[in-house]
Amino acid sequence: MTQQLPLTARLKPDGQVTNLAEYQAADGYQGLRKSLAMPPKAVVDLVKDSNLKGRGGAGFNTGLKWSFVPQGEQAAHPKYLVCNADEMEPGTFKDRWLMEGDPHQLIEGMIIAAYAMQADVAYLFLRADYNLSAQRLQQAIDDAYANNLLGENILGSGYSLKFYLHTSAGRYICGEETALINSLEGKRANPRYKPPFPQVSGLFGKPTVVNNVETFCNLPHILNYGVDWYKALGRGEDTGTKIFGVSGKVKKPGAWELPMGTPIREILEGCAGGMQEGLRLKGFLPGGGSTDFLTEQHLDLPMDYGAIGKAGSRMGTGTMIILDDKTCPIGMILNLTRFFAQESCGWCTPCRNGLPFIRQLLTDIENGNGKMEDIDTLLDYCTYIGPGNSYCALAPGAAEPVQSALKYFRDDFVEHIEKGCCPY
Amino acid sequence: MAVIDVDGTKFEVKDSDNLLDACLSHRLDLPYFCWHPSMGSVGSCRQCAVRVYADENDQRGKILMACMTPVQDGMRLSIDEKTVSQFRDKSIEVTMANHPHDCPVCEEGGECHLQDMTIMSHHTERRYRGRKKTYNNQYLGPCIGHEMNRCIACYRCVRFYNDYAGGKDLAVLASRENVYFGRHEDGCLESVFSGNLAEVCPTGVFTDKTLSRSYNRKWDLQSAPSICEGCSVGCNTAPSERYGKIKRIINRYHPDVNGYFICDRGRFGYDHNNHPDRIRNATRRNGHNGDMEAIDYADAVEAARDLILAADGNVVAVGSPRASVEENYALQHIVGAENFCPGVAVKQQQLLQSILDIYRDSRVHCPSLHEIEKCDAVLVLGEDLIHSAARMALSVRQATRNLSFELAKNSQIPLWQDAAVRTLAQDQRSPLIIASVAGTELDEIASDTFNGSPNAIAQFALAVANSIKSGNNDGSELDGDALQQAQRIADTLVSAKNPLIISGTGLNSLAVVQAAAKVASALSAKRSNGSTFVSNLCYVLPEANSMGLTLLTEQQSLSADQLFDKVLNKPGDYSLVILKNDLYQWLESSNVDKLFSAAKHCIVIDQQPNHTTRQADILLPAKTVVETEGTLINYEGRAQRFFEVYETDNPELKDNWHTLVNVARAICNAGRQPTGLDEASLLQLAEVNAFDDLIALVERRGGIFSRWSQVTPGHLFRIAGMKVPRQPHRYSGRTSINANAKVAENQRPDDPDSALTFSMEGAPINVPSGLNALIWSPGWNSNEAINKFQDEIGGALRGGPPGLLVLESGSQNNIDQVNVTIEKDEILGGQLLAVTEQRLFDSHPLMSLSGALMQRAGEQKLQLNSDTGQRLNIKAGATLNLRVNNNEIKLPVVYNDNVPDNVVIVPDSVAARTHLPAALLPAVAEIVQVN
Repeated sequence: MTQQLPLTARLKPDGQVTNLAEYQAADGYQGLRKSLAMPPKAVVDLVKDSNLKGRGGAGFNTGLKWSFVPQGEQAAHPKYLVCNADEMEPGTFKDRWLMEGDPHQLIEGMIIAAYAMQADVAYLFLRADYNLSAQRLQQAIDDAYANNLLGENILGSGYSLKFYLHTSAGRYICGEETALINSLEGKRANPRYKPPFPQVSGLFGKPTVVNNVETFCNLPHILNYGVDWYKALGRGEDTGTKIFGVSGKVKKPGAWELPMGTPIREILEGCAGGMQEGLRLKGFLPGGGSTDFLTEQHLDLPMDYGAIGKAGSRMGTGTMIILDDKTCPIGMILNLTRFFAQESCGWCTPCRNGLPFIRQLLTDIENGNGKMEDIDTLLDYCTYIGPGNSYCALAPGAAEPVQSALKYFRDDFVEHIEKGCCPY
Repeated sequence: MAVIDVDGTKFEVKDSDNLLDACLSHRLDLPYFCWHPSMGSVGSCRQCAVRVYADENDQRGKILMACMTPVQDGMRLSIDEKTVSQFRDKSIEVTMANHPHDCPVCEEGGECHLQDMTIMSHHTERRYRGRKKTYNNQYLGPCIGHEMNRCIACYRCVRFYNDYAGGKDLAVLASRENVYFGRHEDGCLESVFSGNLAEVCPTGVFTDKTLSRSYNRKWDLQSAPSICEGCSVGCNTAPSERYGKIKRIINRYHPDVNGYFICDRGRFGYDHNNHPDRIRNATRRNGHNGDMEAIDYADAVEAARDLILAADGNVVAVGSPRASVEENYALQHIVGAENFCPGVAVKQQQLLQSILDIYRDSRVHCPSLHEIEKCDAVLVLGEDLIHSAARMALSVRQATRNLSFELAKNSQIPLWQDAAVRTLAQDQRSPLIIASVAGTELDEIASDTFNGSPNAIAQFALAVANSIKSGNNDGSELDGDALQQAQRIADTLVSAKNPLIISGTGLNSLAVVQAAAKVASALSAKRSNGSTFVSNLCYVLPEANSMGLTLLTEQQSLSADQLFDKVLNKPGDYSLVILKNDLYQWLESSNVDKLFSAAKHCIVIDQQPNHTTRQADILLPAKTVVETEGTLINYEGRAQRFFEVYETDNPELKDNWHTLVNVARAICNAGRQPTGLDEASLLQLAEVNAFDDLIALVERRGGIFSRWSQVTPGHLFRIAGMKVPRQPHRYSGRTSINANAKVAENQRPDDPDSALTFSMEGAPINVPSGLNALIWSPGWNSNEAINKFQDEIGGALRGGPPGLLVLESGSQNNIDQVNVTIEKDEILGGQLLAVTEQRLFDSHPLMSLSGALMQRAGEQKLQLNSDTGQRLNIKAGATLNLRVNNNEIKLPVVYNDNVPDNVVIVPDSVAARTHLPAALLPAVAEIVQVN
């Protein structure tokens, strides 16, 4: 079973944490031992070769991301490794599950990554509200230090790493890696412009890699069981397994580890048990609150970065939000827009002022005060805050559910406006 | 260079630029908010969007922010393309969603960058139906008003105030659409550069509160080019007038001097021009009762003539380092150089002459502020720059950023990527070493600091010089730590590409001035390898025209001591003529009293009543800098001309140089031989009619004055037959402004003294920079219009720089021969070494009359360290009475452990100076009493 579902194999059904001894008994820290025996560049190449893609949402090849870090004698030090555990994407709860149940898996993954880039210091940037995670992670970190898995001369390899748990002050934008870095420096959590990329000038101006929790969790297994094994896990184009989640009015909302490329229908109808009685599927956001709606016609698509992308959305965090036919789609996107407008850092104009503009239009439409031309204005503004136009990806992400709702549920908008009230 | 194609036109641009810089440099209209030429790009406002095409075949292109996009050769872009134009329109639409429509009552209206950019972006129709956000405003002190509702969150204020100027108490608070730019609580902004917020803010959030007191629109203000009289830096300013009152002073861009920013003393220190106590008409002492009685100006000139002639050749004059070259020259011309005292203390005169000699060594270069910003290691010896030359302190702060630019170059980060450059460097700075008596505000960014008495600072500088020359410091009185530090600093200066030494007259110590030159000479000797290494060395001088006055008097002058000798040796014989100089500010009161009682008569020309004007037998009113024209020479020998901003309606008020010409004329026309005076000189002066005649006379002196008429174009200068207007073309009320008094429209007063006219009519374009105070261009009503007057953004002004560098090094002087004599600080029990505290806001006799500045001046206090205090049983909070010679000062004591042992810091404020003139310090002070 370990071989098929490596990420969740050690999670206990009662929600108790897997401690260091239990983790080590289940092949824990073997991946680290193997990587410490390899040259750092070989670890980078191996991960690149595994085609592990970042699980935070963007889906960029992890090894490739690391390869931009300057290496060798001339490289600036200290180098930093940062774990993005600021899981705040609406509808997303996968990292929490992994951190609460199996903290050592994450720590081992981080040490492997840190070794690969030759980092001197690692920070685990944790969402403010994840108190249980914080408690269990800190215990695991202490245990790792006590067992020479962290600190000076790890396992006699000559490699040393300092490791800190940093609990966030709580902003969605901290999930954006450069905003996270600013926050970690004690500054306002505003994103930074790229280039320069964090790999060159990141935390405190030094080479830095930021990866998501789930990404790190894959590493011990890739190192331990090998690239071929890992590639074979996926059912489609993408490699490995992924935590997929479903929320909304389904029979059994939850999260499951499944092979990459599992068809949406299997997740929705199999794992989540299908829609609740009397409800029909109207649409769904496949990868969290900041992804475009898909509908019934897309149910047989595999959950792959490429396939979902081609369908006009993003796999994002892989945690779906389901919209049923008795819930007002405008109410739903208004709720999301409120969230995104509230979480804007206030740095750039399209996000800071554009999102409240969209929020205002949606509020008017939902309350029956909409005008027919508002639909075009909304589309205008989804373009205005789109990719490249705003400073970071927050506003374009926020536009995605709105623009796709206008595409698939245009009749609902028209009905709201014509009736002068919400028909739901 | 690279070539880019903008909407089908090819432009040659610098390849290190970003697209916004490049477009603006070619005077294309592209709107922006967050970008600033001095502060670089951060990409926050998204207003400067352009469409950039990949190649000739690309028809779609993509929207990029011009300010964040580096120029590439062959790039093709469009500003006018429809969708990108619509993008900018939408940016304005959302920006304006919460912006109040209060332009008619907003003080920014008419010079609002937001208004300009809104119109440039073609935004007209409001679609947002929500309520506008409102904010609470803060009290930010007497200088800056705050109206947060108008904020468009461009972040320029905090980027200037904190990132650029090192301020601490302005911040962006809250987040999302609630971002708030203000202080953590109400209170006066602490930075001495806070006034620039009014210019940096693109709209009416931060405004000049001193203008608010009696507000006028920019288009209703009459302005002329002026030079700040606040210190020796010589920032270019544009004072503005309406209804006979100066309403405000703003920065006037000069690429080499002040750039885009001035300090708060220069901006808010103008109240003296409008002061109710000003001397507005001539007065004469009544021979019977001793009272002053008003007389006509013409009578006063004749009376002055009579007093001068009656002295039978025993006439001596006192000039002023705050008066222009021309004013001093005219007075010097009347009495003769041998009878002209420059009006500074003997010691200061020595310091200034010594500095002039040092500047003339060809191995020394005195850098402009722009050049200071390029220096990668700075050693400051004895100057508290924030207080003695604030604008220079701001440049030194920028100099410490050169390391970050170096790092950025190595990481291929464009230097205009402001946030990225700062992120990369974090707290790493180019070395700045500050040796001061008790620390300065710049110490926080210093790599090394040294505190000691003036003599200790000189010792320290000599140790640095010795270490540079790899000599030993065996004879030094410094301890081992300080000597190690000196070695470290020597290594830093030797390894820097472009090191700079800054010193000045602030401590009134010849040893410090000379020791600074020794460091420069050691550097030059160490680093000359085949070709001569020229060391950057500059000195902060006491006043706006200290350099001009020194240059006028260096060949021959009457020192203050000689003046006293002359007058006191022949009591009752001498007539004194004093120009804009309160002797009580820099001489011992009891001595000045003796001088006046020994003098037969005293003629004083001044603008503000003071202890000296009270001694006058004839008192003539003086015009202020903004009411007349003249030339000041700054610390680096840059001659800069200022012009009359407005014609006062007081016929009794004449140009000060004109008053002196009138006196000369009266003497010549008196029909009797002027005993002891040079008749030829008097005749020359008497023939002066207009200011340019006086310029020509100064020019005839030759030497550094030989290009005097080239400082700015003269009064005959015309553009297409027209003079240069002082009033904007939209100036209102021309026909009615005086209608309360007279219905007929007043004729425009003539200005025979300059190429400027008191009118809205005149040459609208191609105005030489030295004559241009009206920064306006079609569609650009704010001060951002300066973009249209520069050769390239942030570069030279079109038509050459205003002013002229007249001081050139390269003479045969040899700083190696300077012999530094450092006396020992010998302080006995019951004594303290009194040293001056430089103070920005209350030390200038005129600018300290500004109510706003006085509120910010800080308390008058004596500072000593707690060890010294406890040893002498002087508690913090006690009142200490100190005596230096015959002068006593009594002030509360504050402990400051940066003060060296046995030293007391005495404020150099106008108020304190009348008790203990700073010119007497450093000196041993007796403790008279402690309460």
